[in-house]
Amino acid sequence: MTTPGKNAKPVLTLARREALWAYLFLLLPLAFFLLVRFWPTLQAFQLSLFTWHVDPLQRQFVGLGHYQEMLGEPRLQRALLNTLLYTLIIVPAQLVLGLSIATLLQSVTAFKGLFRAIYFAPYVTPAVAVAWVWSWLYSVNFGVFNNLLFEWSLFWEARGIPWLSIAPQPFLTSPSQALLAVAVVVIWQGLGFQVVIFLAGLQGIPRMYYEAARIDGANPWHLFRHITVPLLNPVIVFSVVISTIASLQLFDQVVNIRFLDQGGPLNSTLTIVLYLYQEAFGRFRFGYATAVAVLLFILVLVVTIVQFKLISRRVDY
Amino acid sequence: MKAVTKLIVAAALVLLSGTALAQITITYWQFDFATRVEAINQLIAQFEAENPGIRVVHETFPHAAYAEQVAVAVPAGQGPDVAQLFYGWLPMWARAGLVKPLPEQFFDTATIDAEFVPMVQVAKIDGVYYGLPTSVRTLALFYNRDKLEAAGFSQPPSTWDELIEVAKALTVRVGPRFTQIGLGVAPAGQDHHLIREVLTRQFGTPPHSEDGRQVLFGNEAGLAAFEFYTSLITEHEIGVIEFVPGAGGYREGFRSLENIAMIIDGSFAVGDTAAVAQFTWGVAPIPTLDNGVRANFGSFWMNGLTPNAFRDPAILEASAKFLEFITRPEAMRIKLELVGELPARRELIDDPQLVVDPVFEPFVAALAYATATRFVDELAQRRVIIDAVNRVVMEGMDPAESWRLAAQEEQGILDQFHRQ
Repeated sequence: MTTPGKNAKPVLTLARREALWAYLFLLLPLAFFLLVRFWPTLQAFQLSLFTWHVDPLQRQFVGLGHYQEMLGEPRLQRALLNTLLYTLIIVPAQLVLGLSIATLLQSVTAFKGLFRAIYFAPYVTPAVAVAWVWSWLYSVNFGVFNNLLFEWSLFWEARGIPWLSIAPQPFLTSPSQALLAVAVVVIWQGLGFQVVIFLAGLQGIPRMYYEAARIDGANPWHLFRHITVPLLNPVIVFSVVISTIASLQLFDQVVNIRFLDQGGPLNSTLTIVLYLYQEAFGRFRFGYATAVAVLLFILVLVVTIVQFKLISRRVDY
Repeated sequence: MKAVTKLIVAAALVLLSGTALAQITITYWQFDFATRVEAINQLIAQFEAENPGIRVVHETFPHAAYAEQVAVAVPAGQGPDVAQLFYGWLPMWARAGLVKPLPEQFFDTATIDAEFVPMVQVAKIDGVYYGLPTSVRTLALFYNRDKLEAAGFSQPPSTWDELIEVAKALTVRVGPRFTQIGLGVAPAGQDHHLIREVLTRQFGTPPHSEDGRQVLFGNEAGLAAFEFYTSLITEHEIGVIEFVPGAGGYREGFRSLENIAMIIDGSFAVGDTAAVAQFTWGVAPIPTLDNGVRANFGSFWMNGLTPNAFRDPAILEASAKFLEFITRPEAMRIKLELVGELPARRELIDDPQLVVDPVFEPFVAALAYATATRFVDELAQRRVIIDAVNRVVMEGMDPAESWRLAAQEEQGILDQFHRQ
């Protein structure tokens, strides 16, 4: 029998061979990813340093000129503020509502599938259709919401309690209400997704923890706070990170809900991506728009890293 | 030869003769406006019949996505050889290199100056034409004759005071809300043109200087014009911004929902209104002040040549031929019939038959005094006016303050453009 000596080749174990095959198969998606994601991102960094022209020879190098221009641009500052507000409203709302509905759905036995379908339906509805219908719901003179407020006010006035009546609201035609109105639409549409992931997370928590806690005298709130929430931590992190990234990149609903005055009224619903889109495809300033895109990239990256550090917690029971 | 052999030879000859003519394919892009699409399809059929070696591919996109599609396709060498664009976008498009000047060998500047209506001169940059329109448009007052007559008005209003009177009679409120309004105000529709180009002139000032570099409408006359417009909403309450939600809501309210009695719109709306309206409607000239000064806003969609057309002499020739074809008098007649857009050539404007038609009469008459704003960036300048009105109506800002800000913003846009 030969013993392995100094000149023996390294042993190609089964584990190593399997790993090699894995790397080989991963090579294809990795190449695709590099080509379609990373390479254009690097190109975008480069593009942000030039002014745009169809003819590459006529593009002028401006260095950090676009970034300097961004600093003094009031519309971009407003877009940044709005985007932050959207995120601060949408993320907690979707988290709380998603978790609450999922918890309630968990204890429902009849028509479970139907409820899930109803909640998920808005998520698969095209954003254009959603925005169109909601712009009619919010319509000052014809919308359902103001009609309801009108009926409500009539009801109380007829009973001699006029101070309970509520005036018709301007919703999308008011710079102070428009952002909130759009946020409600986004929350409504994204809720289904949140419910589904939380349902999946809830089903992954072993029953025996709840039983053990009940034996020790825990009430439903204790169960929720000390078992459900900590063990749902991975799902909560996922939900927060995904909805934050989506809110920071909000575009679809904003664009379609006020079609002739996008980002209005008076820039109150403007988001970074919408501003970028208008600069790029309305004014053909692709160099400047790419600089804004780089800014957004950095913003999303920083926020995501911070969230991972702050919220992620490993919980073992 | 046997019969079968003869047949085979004949078939081969037919096929060969077809391929012997080198097929040049050019692409024409415009945005999706049903009647215009139909008109161009007819013109393409005629053009291809006249020019058997050229095939024209016609593609359309929704209005919102149109500029985006062009911006993405042209740098990639794809997309249109001949593209339609709004004249107000030309400076931004030319600056980005999306359209190139019309080659002198096919298009003579002096001839175009002489044959087309004067407003088309705005399609020139540095004395060279960048495209040509098939049609031009002006604005007029569309009114619901049935509603006016039911309220006791046999004639449409001819002065602004009369319009306010008519509109007040036709505005219906229920509590704090409206179920019908007299004038479908739409700053995001055509009203920003109305304010910037028509009202300012009626009140006594051109909006910009001759060279287009200075904002003049910030003066007293301009402010008076702006205050008048906002008073229609805030004081007389004959109009509500976004009364009917959605893009083109003011049009829908006028012709489909019939809860708007009058709108100010362009001649391009005639075709659709004629097709859809279930009531008697009419068109009247835009009202004037008591001083009788007339002004109107003329505009047009022009057809230009993209860099794609210049990559090959044969394609350039074919594209130039097509552009020339769709700006011929016959093409303009078809557009007039199908869309309701006025011909861009002087010879047709003087056509007596055109002037007699009661629907087109106000639009054609306005051509004599219509001006086309010399935009540098129509999208940004449009937003200036919309925001100015919104600040007054939605935030209760003093009109003078809001208009001062608007003049400042607009001057900033002009300065930024000319600085580069």
